Amino acid sequence: MKKFLIPLALFFGLVAFLAVGLKRDPREIPSPLVGKPAPAFSLPTLTGDQPFSPADYKGQVWLFNVWATWCVACREEHPLLVEFSKTQSVPIIGLSYKEVQAADQTNGPLSDDAKLSLARERSLRFLQRQGDPYKLSVMDLDGSVGIDYGVYGVPETYVIDREGIIRYKQVGPVTPEILETKLLPLIRQLEKS
Amino acid sequence: MKRWLIILALCSSAVWAGEAPPRAEDPQVEARLVVLAEELRCLVCQNESLASSNAELAEDLRREVRKLIRQGMTDAEIKTYLVERYGDFVLYRPAVKPLTWPLWFGPFAILILAVWGLWRYLRHRKALVHQRMSDADNAQAESLLKE
Repeated sequence: MKKFLIPLALFFGLVAFLAVGLKRDPREIPSPLVGKPAPAFSLPTLTGDQPFSPADYKGQVWLFNVWATWCVACREEHPLLVEFSKTQSVPIIGLSYKEVQAADQTNGPLSDDAKLSLARERSLRFLQRQGDPYKLSVMDLDGSVGIDYGVYGVPETYVIDREGIIRYKQVGPVTPEILETKLLPLIRQLEKS
Repeated sequence: MKRWLIILALCSSAVWAGEAPPRAEDPQVEARLVVLAEELRCLVCQNESLASSNAELAEDLRREVRKLIRQGMTDAEIKTYLVERYGDFVLYRPAVKPLTWPLWFGPFAILILAVWGLWRYLRHRKALVHQRMSDADNAQAESLLKE
């Protein structure tokens, strides 16, 4: 064997490793929640109806989408969600995540009620203008439900099956490509079973 | 006069420094939080610990950890709580388990391999040095040197 090939092969091996490492998205952290039951909660809704809890949707496949009006990437995916809600039968539940931010409270912290009404007003205005893809939205003002769902970058989207098990988690905006290649096939498969 | 101006300037800086982070009532909770938060990774700014990060999520998670400490959970339980939600990635010191074996033992394996390679190389070289020349070679070398 030609000996000079050994360092060359090592070099290319290293390059391959680095190339793969560079291409990977460090923000994509595998969620330990996939395959586990969706954490239970009970939160007030955007429109002030009955509080919603995930158990209400047992027996059907649904999407859980974490969003906020201050989140730029959410606006990016919003038209796609609106389109989805018009063409697909699977309901999307929204989680309005920490709608009221520190920047809204520069004149001192707001009371919980004030936060809730500010969040409702702003979210409703946003949905009126941009279209409302959500069957309903729940208000997670302090982000504690977000912590239970391992939310670290809004928007995030979860696919939850009939048994209430999280089957997929998307961190970052849903793109047409992700919808086509990942979400829709999974939803179809889950609906059949 | 100048001194007073300086003092005034120093005082006023405290005024526009904005709100100070809320003090925890219980210094013991705070001490534990600091130790724990050093070991936990902020998921938004991934190279910062939960203790040093200013991200809003880090603030929320510190609050959550404070709450868990007050509920009387042990450090290990709190770590498990966060790992269940965010995965091993939140730990700066990942748990030793089959999946993380390459991470923990890989460098040592490579070191042992390298030492083995070096040992083989040196032995090979030593053998080269100690190779005796045959008598015929010696004679030829001598005759060449005489020329």
